[in-house]
Amino acid sequence: MVRSRMSKSLKLTAAALLAFAFSAPALAPQKADAKGGPRYHIGRAPTADEIRGWDIDVRPDGQGLPEGKGTVAQGEKLFMDNCATCHGEFGEGNGRWPVLAGGKGSLTSDNPVKTVGSYWPYASTVFDYVRHAMPYGNTGSLSVDEYYALVAYVLYLNDVVTDQNFELSRKTLAAIKMPNEQGFVMDDRATSEKSFWQKDPCMKDCIAPVKITGRAAAIDVTPEDGKEKKSRGVE
Amino acid sequence: MSKTDSQSRRSFLAAGAGVAASMLARPAAAGGNPANQPPNVPEWTRSLGEGVAVRPYGKPSKFEKDVVRRDVEWLTASRESSVSFTPLHELEGIITPNGLCFERHHGGIAEVDPADHRLMIHGLVERPLILTLEELKRYPRVNRIHFMECAANSGMEWRGAQLNGCQFTHGMIHCVQYTGVSLRTLLEEAGVKTNGKWLLVEGADAAAMDRSLPIEKALDDCIIAYKMNGEALYPEQGYPMRLVVPGWQGNLWVKWLRRIKVGDQPWHTREETSKYTDLMPNGKARRFTWSMDAKSVITSPSPQAPIRHGKGFTIVSGLAWSGNGKVKRVDVSLDGGRNWWPARLDGPVLDKALTRFYYEFDWNGEPLLLQSRVQDETGYVQPSKAELRKIRGVNSIYHNNGIQTWHVQANGEVENVEVA
Repeated sequence: MVRSRMSKSLKLTAAALLAFAFSAPALAPQKADAKGGPRYHIGRAPTADEIRGWDIDVRPDGQGLPEGKGTVAQGEKLFMDNCATCHGEFGEGNGRWPVLAGGKGSLTSDNPVKTVGSYWPYASTVFDYVRHAMPYGNTGSLSVDEYYALVAYVLYLNDVVTDQNFELSRKTLAAIKMPNEQGFVMDDRATSEKSFWQKDPCMKDCIAPVKITGRAAAIDVTPEDGKEKKSRGVE
Repeated sequence: MSKTDSQSRRSFLAAGAGVAASMLARPAAAGGNPANQPPNVPEWTRSLGEGVAVRPYGKPSKFEKDVVRRDVEWLTASRESSVSFTPLHELEGIITPNGLCFERHHGGIAEVDPADHRLMIHGLVERPLILTLEELKRYPRVNRIHFMECAANSGMEWRGAQLNGCQFTHGMIHCVQYTGVSLRTLLEEAGVKTNGKWLLVEGADAAAMDRSLPIEKALDDCIIAYKMNGEALYPEQGYPMRLVVPGWQGNLWVKWLRRIKVGDQPWHTREETSKYTDLMPNGKARRFTWSMDAKSVITSPSPQAPIRHGKGFTIVSGLAWSGNGKVKRVDVSLDGGRNWWPARLDGPVLDKALTRFYYEFDWNGEPLLLQSRVQDETGYVQPSKAELRKIRGVNSIYHNNGIQTWHVQANGEVENVEVA
């Protein structure tokens, strides 16, 4: 089919050929663009309004922060009404719900407590996450000003800001430095775990005979009968 | 498994151990209803069964009702931000049935109407784009088989043996054939600007999961998938579309994918700062630990799949995989890692996919300390848990790919243990 159509079109004038090509853009991928790939012209451009509705992410440098403001004191009331049931009045966490505050200096201990204050590197992440996904089960139910106020209160609970009248805004948020900003390194497994790459893994008498040193059955927390069990877990 | 099921299995095994010798000599009549067994003819041979399309969407036999996803209630505060586990001990081959693929949600399962779903691509692109599902399906398609492993798979085992069954210790993984559009195709359609170095990928569920993805990976082998194992994605796997990021931690495989924004820096979202960063003994944490290293596990025998046949010819079946390429070899140890024997890879050995291995041997009925150890095509050899802990400590939560030990007891029961 393609061949016969092509031989027919060869008989057309150059001008007709061009017209054909431009009038039927969906028939075949068009000329490669600057990046080298073909283009398909499927879909349309989103409107500025459509982008605005979804484009709410923020970065550590403050890019994406909306206009707005809220104080610690305003945030305290909002936190009691919307957050304290799960996270506790002081961010200490109820039951297994996440702890938001405290844990400073615990990262090298046997039981690290990783909170906004002890662990999170950037204040922007608190705003991005809370606005995207909180309150749990009622996402996006607060106004931008209310989210600023809530985040201000969470920073206050963590002593990142200490003044009850502190007002968090687009400008002040981007300037905040978190205590653990320097606490992260890029994935370095290729170098720090280089010994795991081997030519010929050992097959015979590789180690001394071993003994059992730990048993899951002794801990007995595997679900079997629906009984309530508590133990170490991942979040 | 239910309590009654496990109890009856235990009592059956206990009884079996006592009469093992006499059982070997008897015909294969281990339990069941003699009325259905030769010389008798069972009901299902004497009468007609159900006709076609009585079951318009087929389900497994009712006798397989225990082959299901399970969860561990004490792990999380709520079921909507939680995880269920694939029953690896009951499965064979490398493809996970859609209904058994483990789940990990952060805001429950979004029930998305495909007619209303939109995928938006914007930011540092020449031509921002918004697509319906039907429009996405008009782009050239690719089919790829890949494993998807949660970064926290085996995370509960960092401090020692805790959960008794490979469903729980290793079941945050599945492997299906994905059909979709190469992410590269869409990025070329939108025309990434030269300063476009990172993508923000975001879901449409209540957690609106957002993650940063480097442009090199996005242009390499990522897919926006709308089919799994031939049919539409299941709602719990991101219907109508999800991101597929071969070899990389499952958290990046954003479900209900609605938005891709191109930028010049990473965003450092909650899921790549508070979560999915790996705390080391010195108090610093690794970030952007994307790839899942080579790992393997013996799925049978295992705590939920004890040896019931007594001594004799025994099949060890297991899975191996690597986020860095293909599985090159798997070795099996019966003595806790002192001596190793090569296993047999069976079926396809694919890039960043589960690979099935077998080791067959004559079991003399003595206790065993079963282990498997994979080497991938980059030469990486799966480390022991001790080797991992020596470098990482026990508080990194994620990326536990240490060698698993199963203690096979003389009665065929199997337990999750640590050895040293």
